[in-house]
Amino acid sequence: MSKYFTNAQLVGSAEQGVMTGSLATSGDLIETVGGTEPQSKSDKIDCNGLLLAPGIVDLGVFVIDKPAFHFGGVTRAALMPDQSPVLDLPAMIKHNSAIGKPDLWSHPIAAATKSLAGKQLAEIGLMKDAGARVVSTGRQWIADSGLMFKLLQYCQSLDLPLIVHSEDANLVNGAVATSGETATRLGLASAPASAEALSIARDLTLVEETRAHVHFRQVTTERGLNLIRKAKSQGLPVTCGITPAHFLLSDIAISDFRTFARLSPPLRGEDDRQACIAAIADGTIDIISSGHDPRGPEDKRLPFAESEPGMAGAETLLALALNLVKDGMISIGRLFELLSANPARLLNVKAGSLTAGYEADLILVDPDAPWQVDTRKMAAAAGNTPFHGLPAQGRVKAIYKGGKAI
Amino acid sequence: MATSHQFPAGSDAFPHNHLLGIAGLQPWEILFLLKEAEQWVDLNRKSSKHANRLDGLTVINAFFENSTRTLLSFEIAGKRMGADVVNMHAAQSSIKKGETLIDTAVTLNAMKADAIVIRHGSSGAVQLIADKVDCPVLNAGDGRHEHPTQALLDALTIQRRKGDISGLTITICGDVMHSRVARSNIYCLTTLGAKVRVCAPAPLLPVALDRMSVEVFTDFDRALAGSDVVMMLRLQSERMNGDFIPSPREYHHLYGLTKERLQLADADALVMHPGPMNRGVEIDSDVADDVDRSTITEQVEMGVAVRMACLDILTRRSRGVEGWA
Repeated sequence: MSKYFTNAQLVGSAEQGVMTGSLATSGDLIETVGGTEPQSKSDKIDCNGLLLAPGIVDLGVFVIDKPAFHFGGVTRAALMPDQSPVLDLPAMIKHNSAIGKPDLWSHPIAAATKSLAGKQLAEIGLMKDAGARVVSTGRQWIADSGLMFKLLQYCQSLDLPLIVHSEDANLVNGAVATSGETATRLGLASAPASAEALSIARDLTLVEETRAHVHFRQVTTERGLNLIRKAKSQGLPVTCGITPAHFLLSDIAISDFRTFARLSPPLRGEDDRQACIAAIADGTIDIISSGHDPRGPEDKRLPFAESEPGMAGAETLLALALNLVKDGMISIGRLFELLSANPARLLNVKAGSLTAGYEADLILVDPDAPWQVDTRKMAAAAGNTPFHGLPAQGRVKAIYKGGKAI
Repeated sequence: MATSHQFPAGSDAFPHNHLLGIAGLQPWEILFLLKEAEQWVDLNRKSSKHANRLDGLTVINAFFENSTRTLLSFEIAGKRMGADVVNMHAAQSSIKKGETLIDTAVTLNAMKADAIVIRHGSSGAVQLIADKVDCPVLNAGDGRHEHPTQALLDALTIQRRKGDISGLTITICGDVMHSRVARSNIYCLTTLGAKVRVCAPAPLLPVALDRMSVEVFTDFDRALAGSDVVMMLRLQSERMNGDFIPSPREYHHLYGLTKERLQLADADALVMHPGPMNRGVEIDSDVADDVDRSTITEQVEMGVAVRMACLDILTRRSRGVEGWA
């Protein structure tokens, strides 16, 4: 079964940019990119001049939420190990790999330590054989530097990247906000933003020692980004990511105790937000993901400090990230490297890019279609978005997983 | 006494449904509450202390955090105004059975309270409840956020002793980080035009206080110099054993208000404390008990009057008082 997408703007890499032409698939895979001759037996799909882009590979979601992913153009999602029970056994990896198939692929991330407690290594090798492609410390920081050192050695020897959460837990110590005027006015327990840089600095030192590939899941401060930038210039095998909330919102969003804006790491000050945008523009940040974590009223309709962190982000990911293109910070090709190609590379899957021989995970995008974010009308399992009411531009019009329309 | 202020007519004098905090109140709104409280100070000094403005109304004091003084003060205030007052203690409530705060709020609402007074250990919790109920809500302290009636009673005490608060130099010293009393007083006193100084050991100073129009000190002697009012805060005992402060005696050495230290302040400086005091830690007994300087018992007295005024004003709409409907 083949398909032929014609009259499309094909979103290539940052170097290639947007190409006009057609794309042919054969079975699950992309067969040709940019060809012009329609194959006689193919299904011909007229794209009406819209963008045909690689499906989004959402790295580090907290739940497999198919309606939200399909709304947002996500064709693959890497599931965080912070589940109940924790993804720290091979059977858990196997079970969670099957969730969502065939129209959504889930890549469960192996917990680095048993129960994510940061005390003992989990069975990472067995989980790799069960299908895990990356390892993560989850939403926790491993305080024990000795254990972290051994973990990195181990991941390096197994050729698995390690995704880390960067907040020094001793400095954070129960804080629910970043120290600053907003937290002081609201009377919320807060920690200095440097808790992030502190933990990144230690982990970079251990990367230098072990040469393990570390991906810093969300880097949200100027100091943290400066450390990553320097490490990259020294050739260390590190990458980092961010969510739209951290480059679009500052801690002012938690005013009035808005628990939908309680995130982990917490929203930062305006200077740090600006630094995040600069780091996206200069290539320091490699991946933009949603951190999708739908939470119902039982977790969010609580006093701020008692609520759970996290936001439902999958369906707003593309529209919010498109702002970067509209503001001229990055090209559309670069945007899909951040959303699709780079996370796919980290997961070591042949997907996330319009390349012959890659998985035909495709989305048809109208980058100008207007809509409004509405917490009451979300496709996600819960509508906990801090972007309620925001006018957005950019909608997914069609989605294809492995060449098949969903 | 600075009560010559002209107030807008009717509900324009205090156009809020709830009293959740001092932040956001206009200076004349605060002064209106203080002026209204004066009549209740007079009533409370009579032998028969009964008013009937709240006859037939039900006031629920929902205290999710332990309190003796504030609860008692609100209970007395409600009863003196003629309301039926019911106290709900967290220890006796279904909170312990896992009921959420919202469900509790909805339950209280269904019982048709005419005003709910809430204390809760978490910042923002009172606002959360206020959004879910139909009647006025009074914040009796939420986490480290606000304790508005404490700030009002402090302002009333200062105003009765010193006249106009505008232009006074007022020093607040103690555990500012964890103090809702400090936050509400900073909002209240700066709004009324006082020069507010805040003094604390560095680990107990929140950041960005300078953005709240106060002057920040870590040296108590320097903060005291020339102060018209010295407001001491309570230091929780669990915070003075190595976590924030090395020891109570070191705290007393650096931040305790002693008779000698008080001489650095203005000769007529008032000494205030929201209570309960740690005598010999943040304040010495001879200062606390100095009738000429210490207003500590007067603050408690003003507390009842201020709370009577708040209950009266916030229920005027539902009672259909002329100009407030």
